[in-house]
Amino acid sequence: MTERILEVENLTIDIPVPSGILHAVQDISIHVDRGETLCIVGESGCGKSLTSLAIMDLLPKKAIRQAARLELADESIFGISERRMSDIRGNRMSMIFQEPMTSLNPAYTIGDQLTEALRRHRKVSRGEAKDRAVFLLEKVGITAAASRLGQYPHQLSGGLRQRVMIAMALMCGPDLIIADEPTTALDVTIQAQILHLLAELQREFNMGLILITHDLGVVARIADRIAVMYAGQIVETGSAAQIFTEPLHPYTRGLLDCIPIPGKTQRGAHLGAIPGIVPSLVGQMPGCHFASRCPLVDDHCLAGAVPLFDHRDTNRSIRCLRADNEDTQKISQEGVA
Amino acid sequence: MIHFALKRLGVAVLVALTVSILSFSMVYLSGDPALALAGEGASEQDIENVRRVYGFERPIVVQYGDWLVRALQGNLGHSNYLKADVASVVFERLPTTMLLGACALAFALILSIPLGVVAAIRPNSMIDRFALTVAMIGQAMPSFWFALTLMLWFGLNWRLLPISGTASWQHFVMPSIALGYYVTPAVMRLTRAGMLEVLSSDYIRTARAKGLRPMTVLFKHALRNAIIPVVSLSAVQFGFMLGGSIVIETIFAINGLGFLVWESILRADVPMMQAIVLVLSIIYILLTFLADLLNGFLDPRIRVS
Repeated sequence: MTERILEVENLTIDIPVPSGILHAVQDISIHVDRGETLCIVGESGCGKSLTSLAIMDLLPKKAIRQAARLELADESIFGISERRMSDIRGNRMSMIFQEPMTSLNPAYTIGDQLTEALRRHRKVSRGEAKDRAVFLLEKVGITAAASRLGQYPHQLSGGLRQRVMIAMALMCGPDLIIADEPTTALDVTIQAQILHLLAELQREFNMGLILITHDLGVVARIADRIAVMYAGQIVETGSAAQIFTEPLHPYTRGLLDCIPIPGKTQRGAHLGAIPGIVPSLVGQMPGCHFASRCPLVDDHCLAGAVPLFDHRDTNRSIRCLRADNEDTQKISQEGVA
Repeated sequence: MIHFALKRLGVAVLVALTVSILSFSMVYLSGDPALALAGEGASEQDIENVRRVYGFERPIVVQYGDWLVRALQGNLGHSNYLKADVASVVFERLPTTMLLGACALAFALILSIPLGVVAAIRPNSMIDRFALTVAMIGQAMPSFWFALTLMLWFGLNWRLLPISGTASWQHFVMPSIALGYYVTPAVMRLTRAGMLEVLSSDYIRTARAKGLRPMTVLFKHALRNAIIPVVSLSAVQFGFMLGGSIVIETIFAINGLGFLVWESILRADVPMMQAIVLVLSIIYILLTFLADLLNGFLDPRIRVS
């Protein structure tokens, strides 16, 4: 029996903007078990970062968050006081951000910023907190860890800063880590190292991990399960194997067509691209969100909101009226290619 | 840090030299100084004598060098009007002005930093608007008029505070407020803008994601970074206040440098004016230098390269 770390049900985020209400995230339900990696995939603006901030209750003030359930290890963390929430943040769940260059405070040393998280949540002495910081800095692959404690963020490279951010997230030994595009701002050579590190630490400390990314190459390597987001909705979820071997939603297929696969994609072949642009999320949108860019679209798709269907395969669901039909699958395979 | 400090010190010395040239040149601003010293109706011979006694016939570079060497030794010349050594008069008055400036700055900072912080936490709230109104009034109101208004209400109508002199600390309350209020808007606006920027930065989000208490986030992580430019501004404003004290000291009859400058202008006491300009300028340069050092201390990006 696996232990459920995070349960999110029907999470919705609305943001009032001058032209109306931006429905940034609509009815997202996700869950993460201990030791499991959930990847949330989607292009910029699909609401994946807001989803992660909503779980941490760190959304911008004007954003309106609603949820049927938001539970951390069977305990509701929705609608609790800021004080109780701040006891949980950085303690039982922590977050790694996209921008290591600006996510550390320039005025304080690495050691100070690492230890303050632990000293906020645990009754430990300065020395014990320091020992823990050194231990974790070594864990994330930083050499001469003890001497790094006295250094300032500007003295470290982007890759090192992201390692420090990871160590910081681990200070209190959290149940869940949310990493929001942790490698986007880094050099390609370092991206792989950081991901490898995250996966390794997750296994070692047996935590739940939510990895938010737009890079499917990243997902293939470390995901257990995948949730594909498009325009504020989850359009397809399933195990990594299911999604990579048999993508059902036309959007997921389009995404997978965009990346070359060594040995499979022919040299010189054109990589796929999804035509069109992401629709505006301001105001109500009738019908399927992907309709304007979908090769399979028909009248039914535009008639009304498309729900998330359970697929006949277990633990798999999809938000499409046409994908699971053998005829359309054939059409799409010919049509999209 | 030492490298940084030496560089700043070098700049400060250069600026001080420039200022000394300017204040030395003041003697010649109103034409031939010998003519002025000799007075109206003096004969050609008298003027020539004055010129020789004061050494005005020598090349101007030599005169400047001579004046600079003496100034460095603490000899700022002789006041013909007061029949006294300029340096001793200036340094006798200086502490009063410095005290007034310090009180005014303290008043300004105590008022403006909390207002700026609160305004930034709740932008467009009632407190923000109140703070902006305070700033606007402060910027729009001439300090002499504000000083007279204070005097009228607190001094005459309500008889709460003494209106002239320096006998007790109460005497410094109104002048400090009148002088400091003028500085408040700039400091408040800078604090507010700095806090707004810092509060929306990524590292504040990180601090909140760590579960730190709101007060820790606000004061340890945000204010520390937002305050750095305020330090530089305060030093500059302190310098302005030393200048602004000319009006305030005159109104409140405070026996400081500002009052002395005003008196000296009325008496055409050039060596005295020259000395005060020099001393105030040097203090200003020193303040800027100190602010740079303090900035280096507050911002590790400057301190640790």
